[in-house]
Amino acid sequence: MTAQLSGTGPNLDARRRRSRRAAWEEPPTAAGTVAKGVVLTLLVAAVLVPLWAVLVTSLASRDTIDTAGGMVMVPREIDPSAYVTIFSGGQITRAVWISTLVTVLGTTVSLVLTVLAAYGLSRPGSVGHRGLLFFFLLTFLIFPGLVPSYLVVTGLGLKDSIWSLILPSAISVFNLVVIRAFFMNVPGELLDSARIDGAGEFHVLARIVLPLSKAVIAVVGLFYAVGYWNAYFNAVLYIDDNDKFPIQRVLQSYILAGQSPNVSGAAVSLPGVTAYPPTLAVKMAVVVVTVIPALIVYPFVQRHFTKGVITGAVKG
Amino acid sequence: MSAPVTAGAVDAPAATGQDPSAGRTPPVRVRRRRRDRLRRDWPLLAMTAPAAALLLVFHYLPTLGNVIAFQDYNPFVGDDPVEAFWHSEWIGFGNFEALFGDPLFWDAVRNTLTITAFQLVFFFPLPILLAVLLNSLVSARLRGFVQSVVYLPHFFSWVLVVTFFVQMLGGAGLLAQEMREAGMRPFDVMTNPDTFIVLVTAEAVWKDIGWGAIVFLAALAAIDPNLYEAAAADGAGRWRRLWHITLPGLRPVIVLLLIMRLGDALSVGFEQFILQREAVGREAAEVLDTFVYHQAISTQQWGLGAAAGLFKAVVGLVLILTANKVAHRLGEQGVYAKS
Repeated sequence: MTAQLSGTGPNLDARRRRSRRAAWEEPPTAAGTVAKGVVLTLLVAAVLVPLWAVLVTSLASRDTIDTAGGMVMVPREIDPSAYVTIFSGGQITRAVWISTLVTVLGTTVSLVLTVLAAYGLSRPGSVGHRGLLFFFLLTFLIFPGLVPSYLVVTGLGLKDSIWSLILPSAISVFNLVVIRAFFMNVPGELLDSARIDGAGEFHVLARIVLPLSKAVIAVVGLFYAVGYWNAYFNAVLYIDDNDKFPIQRVLQSYILAGQSPNVSGAAVSLPGVTAYPPTLAVKMAVVVVTVIPALIVYPFVQRHFTKGVITGAVKG
Repeated sequence: MSAPVTAGAVDAPAATGQDPSAGRTPPVRVRRRRRDRLRRDWPLLAMTAPAAALLLVFHYLPTLGNVIAFQDYNPFVGDDPVEAFWHSEWIGFGNFEALFGDPLFWDAVRNTLTITAFQLVFFFPLPILLAVLLNSLVSARLRGFVQSVVYLPHFFSWVLVVTFFVQMLGGAGLLAQEMREAGMRPFDVMTNPDTFIVLVTAEAVWKDIGWGAIVFLAALAAIDPNLYEAAAADGAGRWRRLWHITLPGLRPVIVLLLIMRLGDALSVGFEQFILQREAVGREAAEVLDTFVYHQAISTQQWGLGAAAGLFKAVVGLVLILTANKVAHRLGEQGVYAKS
């Protein structure tokens, strides 16, 4: 028994990725292939069809929309008038600017503070390391709740300030843990040699650690940026002034508030936002504008996702 | 913080082999050593400070602020929330009594738990299946394409997700449009309270099935291919290999995510429900989080809202600790494995 086990022990160095079907694998059955094809097609279509319909409708003329009776699937012409309408000033133009400002400013603040703290916490044995780490990780278990958070933010006088959309959510401890795990994998000899040469911690971080961690910082930056761009509920809580609404809030009032006629809740009704009822093309153009940032950034960082997500999961 | 210091103090005499009377010197030495360490490490502390300060103000301060759950909190007795806090009346467990006597609260709890249970069955397994399916694709190009597409909705806000569903399946959406054209009577799933649970689950699946599959794909990639080859050589077909190699390989991740989901049983998502509550009505769409929001911010019953929030936080904490303990009992790693 023992001899047999040691004879067939795990051959770790032979663990390489298969690029093609292995010799021992049986050929796929026809039914299996068809079933896989159907499932994959449905999955892809479920994502792409709505995107396509929204894009085409946003570029359709009023006639085309009337003929189709609503959403347009087949493009007949390209009519940019909906985009002209939303970018000719007014609520939506302003909202796009505000969301852009919040996203850029917020991502910068978040990324800088998260990277600094991740580095500060990356040296076991430094003064206060255990206590501080515990302080950060405890936030995974203890949540403040909506009401006291609201009172703190309003109590600090942040109501109707864009900082109310940034500061409360500026530090994601999850992202911090991901970056920290990366920093801790930087070889210690590298850091020590720099310190012997007289480099301070800030210098070590900027010149040695950061250049080695570009990928993870890109991914975390994307996570932060998407979070800020998508933030909706903080705006419901903290922004009462129509002129300061971010794009998600405007999208909600433009489209979803019109979803059912009996809208009356304070959370959703927005008096005075729409001087004219937006046409379907205009609504869909707002959707496209809201989707676009994600689509632009996405391809650049997509290949790093797995690394980022897994590091966080393993080192938590 | 005190742990390493104590360890140093204990280690010092043991290392030098001196008798206990030398116990008077180590504290001084430890203190001096700490000052040296502080001189060495202060940049690290300075780097950590801003983030820690933000967490202190926006996470821990509100956590302490939960004490207003024991107050008849009235924001109008002071100029700001802090002053109002000092002037509000303490009423012990009054808010909790009111809360537990409120049928609307129990409706919200029941809705929340029902949705959690439903999604555990109809959402939780889907990313695993998707990961296994993707992993079985031989063409790396096809696989990469499908992954890029299905990850995408994770980056859409809930406002966008609900908007897409309204435009596709709503009363004026694409589906209703096609049905009218085909002479059928269209139905509107977006406003139907009876099917709301299916709708929110479908939305959650649409948004996160791809994203959820990432972690399982990584676990699949870590399974030693030799295991499959050996099993195949022993005559195991593809289903037996799935059962005896793939699933055991995924088990630690599945258990981990299951624990996290169970610990989070009282959260089913917030924006998703706030956004659709008006369309389908309170009976179907009120969950604990939206209940807190409406009690506090809409109807201005701050103490009651805080009590509901605190209830949720405490029960959630107990749930996650229990789930983790159970996992350790079962010999799994759990959420906070020793590093």
